[in-house]
Amino acid sequence: MKPRSAIHFASAALALAALALSAAPSAFAADTPDPVADAKAFRKYFTDKFPKVKLQDFVNGPYSMNEDLHRQWEEKEQFPPYEFSLDLGKEMFAKPFKNGKSYADCFANGGIGIRQNYPTFDEKEGKVVTLELALNRCREANGEAPFSYVKDEMAALTAYMAFTSRGKPFDIKIPADPRALEAYQNGKRYFYTRRGQLNFSCATCHVQSPGERIRAEVLAPAFGILNAMPIYRSEWSGMGTISRRFVTCNSQIRGVPLNPQDDEYRDLEYYLSYVSNGLPISGPGARP
Amino acid sequence: MASTIRVRATSSGETTEVQALIQHPMDSGFVKDAKGELIPPHFIQQLTFEYDGKPVFAADWGGGVSKDPYVKFAFKGGKKGDDLKISWVDNKGATDSTTAKIQ
Repeated sequence: MKPRSAIHFASAALALAALALSAAPSAFAADTPDPVADAKAFRKYFTDKFPKVKLQDFVNGPYSMNEDLHRQWEEKEQFPPYEFSLDLGKEMFAKPFKNGKSYADCFANGGIGIRQNYPTFDEKEGKVVTLELALNRCREANGEAPFSYVKDEMAALTAYMAFTSRGKPFDIKIPADPRALEAYQNGKRYFYTRRGQLNFSCATCHVQSPGERIRAEVLAPAFGILNAMPIYRSEWSGMGTISRRFVTCNSQIRGVPLNPQDDEYRDLEYYLSYVSNGLPISGPGARP
Repeated sequence: MASTIRVRATSSGETTEVQALIQHPMDSGFVKDAKGELIPPHFIQQLTFEYDGKPVFAADWGGGVSKDPYVKFAFKGGKKGDDLKISWVDNKGATDSTTAKIQ
């Protein structure tokens, strides 16, 4: 090699290296999920957008956004419509299965005051496990038929479990497992992806427009939206679980809903719960 | 089976404020189920609150009242510790009643 061309070659190589170096950090930031930064930015977005709303009040959904609704809700909470379901849940939770075991045997701390830890990432299975899923697995492991995920018994059980965890902050953990990070990332992607005939994403309503009306309803902020689950909705004249909420949201934007507890919904619940870490459980809730 | 009626009655001296929540399907008879068949009417027709043997609140309800209805009213009189009796009868003849202490 002649000295001159060697210099050319070297400078070209240097330029390439510089290009690669300058391109690398941004590509790295976009591709590598950073849940901690996400959660911080997510919280900041909502606290900046609603400076008057107290942090703990975000879990009250539309009631934190509208003063009139808030007053109505305070009145309602003195005699909440979810009481019947809560009592049923308490009864069901205490009643043993045919084999003598009970729900308490399936959960840490006998199932009391643990709602804030769900969904968890199961490293054995490599997937997200929600409370609703864990409850049905508990039933099946003990030879009982699983419940429907959307309402009635499942709502009653989760209502009771949420009630025993009231006030405890969401404490969702992402273990050092690439699959956990992937589940988180899939949930995030699902949240921000537009779908359905109306071409809405979850974020269109619950990040872009909380506090605005959609017809007669006031939209809830995504920050803390799962803390009040399960909910008694006057519109449903009954209780509904997180699964019910996801399915209904999807059909309301004229999309085809997935099946309750499909991987996508589990990941979505994982993401949404994680970014609300630190906000207290307030379920069961009542919504218009 | 727990009672279908939840009541809270609080006396403020002169008046007593009563709140009640009743568990009932309140089917109007005009709604169809998933198979397209009419759900037969099933609703509370009479609701009575009695204090000291006398009715203080009576309602004649129909199918237009929502599921799991909620009632709130106040009446003059009523002392702390006294009993308030609540009962309902529906169109199928079913009935339930409960007695609550005024707080």
